[in-house]
Amino acid sequence: MAEHNHSLKPYVMVLFALFGLTALTVGVAYVDFGHPWSDVVALAIALVKASLVVAFFMHVKGSTSMVKISVASSIVGVLIFFMIILTDYMARGFS
Amino acid sequence: MSMPPSNMSPSAEAASSQAGTTRSGLAEAARPPREHYLNAGYGIKSWLLTTDHKRIGILYLLSVTFFFAIGGLYATAIRLELLTPQGDLFQPDTYNRVFTMHGVMMIFFFLIPSIPAVMGNFLLPLMIGAKDVAFPKLNLASWYMYMIGAGFTMWSLMHGGVDTGWTFYTPFSSTYSNTYTTATALGIFINGFSSIFTGVNFIVTIHRMRAPGLTWFRLPLFVWAHYATSLIQVLATPVLAITLVLLFLERAFRIGFFDPAIGGDPVLFQHLFWFYSHPAVYIMILPSLGVISEIIAAFTRKAIFGYKFVAFASIAIAVFGFLVWGHHMFVSGESAYSALVFSVLTMLIAVPSAVKVFNWMATIYRGSIEYSTPMFYALGFMGLFVIGGLTGLMLGTLGIDVHLHDTYFVVAHFHYIMVGGAVMGYMGALHFWWPKITGRLYSGFFSHLSALLVFLGFNLTFFPQFVLGYMGMPRRYHVYPEEFQVLHVLSTAGASILAVGYAIPLFYFLYSLKYGAYAGRNPWGAVGLEWQTTSPPPLHNFHEMPVVDFEAYEYKEAPVAERQPYRVVKYGL
Repeated sequence: MAEHNHSLKPYVMVLFALFGLTALTVGVAYVDFGHPWSDVVALAIALVKASLVVAFFMHVKGSTSMVKISVASSIVGVLIFFMIILTDYMARGFS
Repeated sequence: MSMPPSNMSPSAEAASSQAGTTRSGLAEAARPPREHYLNAGYGIKSWLLTTDHKRIGILYLLSVTFFFAIGGLYATAIRLELLTPQGDLFQPDTYNRVFTMHGVMMIFFFLIPSIPAVMGNFLLPLMIGAKDVAFPKLNLASWYMYMIGAGFTMWSLMHGGVDTGWTFYTPFSSTYSNTYTTATALGIFINGFSSIFTGVNFIVTIHRMRAPGLTWFRLPLFVWAHYATSLIQVLATPVLAITLVLLFLERAFRIGFFDPAIGGDPVLFQHLFWFYSHPAVYIMILPSLGVISEIIAAFTRKAIFGYKFVAFASIAIAVFGFLVWGHHMFVSGESAYSALVFSVLTMLIAVPSAVKVFNWMATIYRGSIEYSTPMFYALGFMGLFVIGGLTGLMLGTLGIDVHLHDTYFVVAHFHYIMVGGAVMGYMGALHFWWPKITGRLYSGFFSHLSALLVFLGFNLTFFPQFVLGYMGMPRRYHVYPEEFQVLHVLSTAGASILAVGYAIPLFYFLYSLKYGAYAGRNPWGAVGLEWQTTSPPPLHNFHEMPVVDFEAYEYKEAPVAERQPYRVVKYGL
């Protein structure tokens, strides 16, 4: 980060955004979107929350591009790990 | 062995004939520098509490040599047992332990730390013009983690060893094996941290501590290779750690992760294990590829052909290395679709590997070749690595793998990569940088002899194993049909030659410490920052901060008349 922003305001805003999104998670649990879509919605909200934490609380927003590349590549790494394992598990033909 | 009349002449000759490169002052060759890292402090504490990357490299050198010897003893036992079709020396259970301990010792305690922790530790800061690595204490901690991990594994070894194979496949390892699996796994778990520490250290060091003017594309390819290796060490090793924890939890508390009897999935273990252990192969081979680039440039007196391609090939190998683990499981119940994906990805990784080999060949082409001992190892490496790599492609082909899986063909393939590749590179590195590490020259005759014996012995040991495997000899059996005996005898004979080849350097290296001629800064006339400082280097590597105003491998070819003729005894005794 080039210069530290010592204002508390963004952190408080993110905190309340997280509270709001948590409430939303609970809320959509009572709505039936049909088989895959309930999971998709819940995961999408979780992804937004995680991104907020990474960007603000973990200071990735405003960090050097090297830090951003490291974060992105580790996420890509995990995705690859899951994705390729799923080529096995989803194609094995057991239910 | 007798000393030449003049200590000075060999290196002085070498230095004077290499026009246009950085070279040693002639007067320096006659005597070592007054102050260097080896006389910076004396006594056991100055070694065990050192944070000097060079001394830590030496600590690693001594320890990996020890574990290489232990692993070698097990290899000897295996080859002796396989001399005859009957089980003469061991019970089946004992044989299981012998090949397991051979694998565990060689892979986790020799191959993985060999080049990065010994040569990388010693050379990386020198090559980038730094005083030390970024985290010197972490560096020392990595050696202690390594020794503690090795301690646990040695403990289990002395109490009877493990019989699961180095792969620890479940549910045998988690439920049925009646040996010291937990202690061994714990040793490997702890040892993993040493690998991670080294990786973190190297990444930060390469990013933050390069000398002024040393841009990324001026870095020696050795550094690029270690950067790629470090990425793997940091990203893959934790997966092995957590896999071993899961194995422990299932073994100790019967929590069902892998054993189908309690709701687990054995193939999940293989996914997790190989997600580390396939990239681990590249932890072993990538640093070796970096070494070969250095050696070939130095002894052909040319810049590496296609520098950027070779540099990015290292990164590409590291990245692709993460995508191919499933090719170990083609016949383990992995889905056919998944096997297809992994087979294709396996073919892809051959591309960057081949880029390197072709670029080395293009470098050698019309180079001013000098047949020094390191160059012997580099040339041997190229041939063996190509055989190892291409047989890897054969095994990556689905149909062929069904036939060859778990046969000696696989054993031969990975020994061509690990011994023919990684160990040849390690030996090449040791011979190339020994004058820098110790300030002494070693015997030209005996080092050539040992390089030749290693090459011949290696091929005689492992080439018959390709044939054996193709004919159907399974791995991990100590009793076999009589028609296989001829090939097994050949292999054992080769192993004895190989052992002699590995033993000889022990003698001439030790001999050189006391009686070897002084090397001077740069006995090979090589470029690179590490050759610009004195040998052995001073405590903080350079007397003044080096500034880099030259490209990597800026060799100006020696005029034809001055090229080195082929002489065996050129340097040293």
